[in-house]
Amino acid sequence: MAEGLTWNVYDANTMTQADIYGDVLCMLGEKNERIVGLSADLAKSTKIGKFAQKYPDRFFNVGIAEQNLFGMAAGLALSGLVPFVSTMAVFTTMRAAEQVRTDICYQNLDVKIIATHGGISFGQAGTTHHCTEDIAIMRSLANMTVVVPADGIECANAVMSCVEHPGPVYIRIGRGFEPACYDDDQYGFTIGRSVEITPGTDITLICCGITVLQAREAAQILERNDGISVRVINMHTIKPLDTEAVLRAVNETRRIITFEDHTIYGGLGSAVAEVIAESGKACAFTRVGIPDCYSVVGYPEDLYNFYKLDADGIVEKVREVMGRDFEEAESWEDGF
Amino acid sequence: MPLTEQELNQLQRHANQLRRDILDVTYWAGGAHVGGSLSIVEILVILYYTFMNIDPRKPEMEDRDRLVLSKGHAGAALAPLLSRRGFFDFESLKSFNKFKSAFGMHLDKHKVIGLDASTGSLGHGLPMAVGLALGARLQGKSWRTYCLLGDGECNEGTVWEAAMAAAHYKVTNLTTIIDRNKFMLDGSTEEVMALEPLADKWRAFGFLVKEVNGHSYPELYETIQAANTEKGAPVVIIAHTVKGKGVDFMENDVRWHYGGLDSDMLEKAKQKLAGEA
Ligand SMILES: Cc1ncc(C[n+]2csc(CCOP(=O)(O)OP(=O)(O)O)c2C)c(N)n1
Repeated sequence: MAEGLTWNVYDANTMTQADIYGDVLCMLGEKNERIVGLSADLAKSTKIGKFAQKYPDRFFNVGIAEQNLFGMAAGLALSGLVPFVSTMAVFTTMRAAEQVRTDICYQNLDVKIIATHGGISFGQAGTTHHCTEDIAIMRSLANMTVVVPADGIECANAVMSCVEHPGPVYIRIGRGFEPACYDDDQYGFTIGRSVEITPGTDITLICCGITVLQAREAAQILERNDGISVRVINMHTIKPLDTEAVLRAVNETRRIITFEDHTIYGGLGSAVAEVIAESGKACAFTRVGIPDCYSVVGYPEDLYNFYKLDADGIVEKVREVMGRDFEEAESWEDGF
Repeated sequence: MPLTEQELNQLQRHANQLRRDILDVTYWAGGAHVGGSLSIVEILVILYYTFMNIDPRKPEMEDRDRLVLSKGHAGAALAPLLSRRGFFDFESLKSFNKFKSAFGMHLDKHKVIGLDASTGSLGHGLPMAVGLALGARLQGKSWRTYCLLGDGECNEGTVWEAAMAAAHYKVTNLTTIIDRNKFMLDGSTEEVMALEPLADKWRAFGFLVKEVNGHSYPELYETIQAANTEKGAPVVIIAHTVKGKGVDFMENDVRWHYGGLDSDMLEKAKQKLAGEA
């Protein structure tokens, strides 16, 4: 485990995102006494328990009561503190949705939500514990910032940055050992600014969360085997969206696919689609994610494969979209 | 009429079998909520073998009694029980948690034959059970609804919202049972979020409260029977149980709220059961 301020590929490959989050929060707690922690009988699973052990007086386990959890967090924020709240994504964004909206976002409070078990990362648990709607829900709340880190390193960056970022922040992480995408945390993470993982000119893959690493691997395969030049963008912040990066992709590659561990309705894909549609430019575009269904059960690796969110699936989708003919579009030569 | 010696022995055998099944499922699934599954064995067995009017050949039979397993994480207990009771082939449980399996950690009504409600998010079961019971009453049906709650689960506001409604609408065709094993996920219920005085809380919400040893068939039998004939107010049975019951190294140890077993540990755990029988 790394000491101090930096996280590297070793940490990300030996610790879960949640583990790293727990350590970062302890560190932040040391520097900022206004930080308090809350959970709802998931202190251990979400790793906010590390903070609880270090600062028992600044931690509240409210029991299995998520609505009260977020209501109390709002109250603590109103009193001038900075609450970090952790439970599973599904209970955060649906069970307590109104508390998050009306108590926290409406009052624009400094509550930092680190939600675990996002998407289908807890695949075996079934629909009650899957959360493929959270990005859509959180994105629709005014004042909310929505971040989906690609790996543990980015999770560390996101958690460190969110303290400086005023207002409510929703950071969505996974459940298990999401492999490292970055080598270290020095790649210039800024909330709201996407990261170009690989440059490319034929097609752009806009990703968040676990799909970033998979897309990078897919890009290598496609470059090597198909001679396709693939741009991969890590759109870690879904809101506010880095619209410039999307517009650049529209103009420079004319083909875009989004990949997310989330329903294709309302999440990253929809956010990107909105920008493309409003640009008035023609662009071959596909959203890949969980279709309009509740995911089947299984270990996450199998599910990511099934829903075309792993490197194999991404390669397949890219070949499909590369074969699509849209060059007839009149607006093709329109200036940017 | 109390249970006969023979009936008791039979129920005991079902319990022993179910405990072994829970351990097997935990092994096959690569992990399960084993502690809170072992604590409800006698409750499930007596409901499904003695009280509930069900027909495994007609799982959708309209007049069947219903169970809402509000503590839905105990799917590792209910799934093998439904199988042993004849709803489906036991072998199919080997796919537990695996790709496209009908069985995930929290059971899905559309996939598991004999299951009356999909649960897993805590605090949803009692509201649904109250709705089921009211629905039966409204349609003049005589079937009964059972609802099994976790004690930690009673932290959820919706449990109390439903309790208020059950008392308000005098929902007496519903029998609510709480698995009072005194542990939740992060620790003991009294340390994480104190529930006591739990019986008084239910009384204050308009329930008649009965407390039993949740591992004693005679006590469960007598109490559930009485609850099922009570017409004055809804009844809640607080069943005092042991989390991890039957496997000594799991008993009252919160680390076994959720856990996995390798083949060695599976054998060790099964020996503990055999030792007890
Ligand atoms: C709404 C909701 N919040 C959190 C969880 C995660 N969780 C699963 S089991 C559990 C503890 C349940 O404790 P209890 O009801 O006492 O059950 P038991 O100890 O009998 O297993 C928690 C917090 C959940 N399933 N649903």
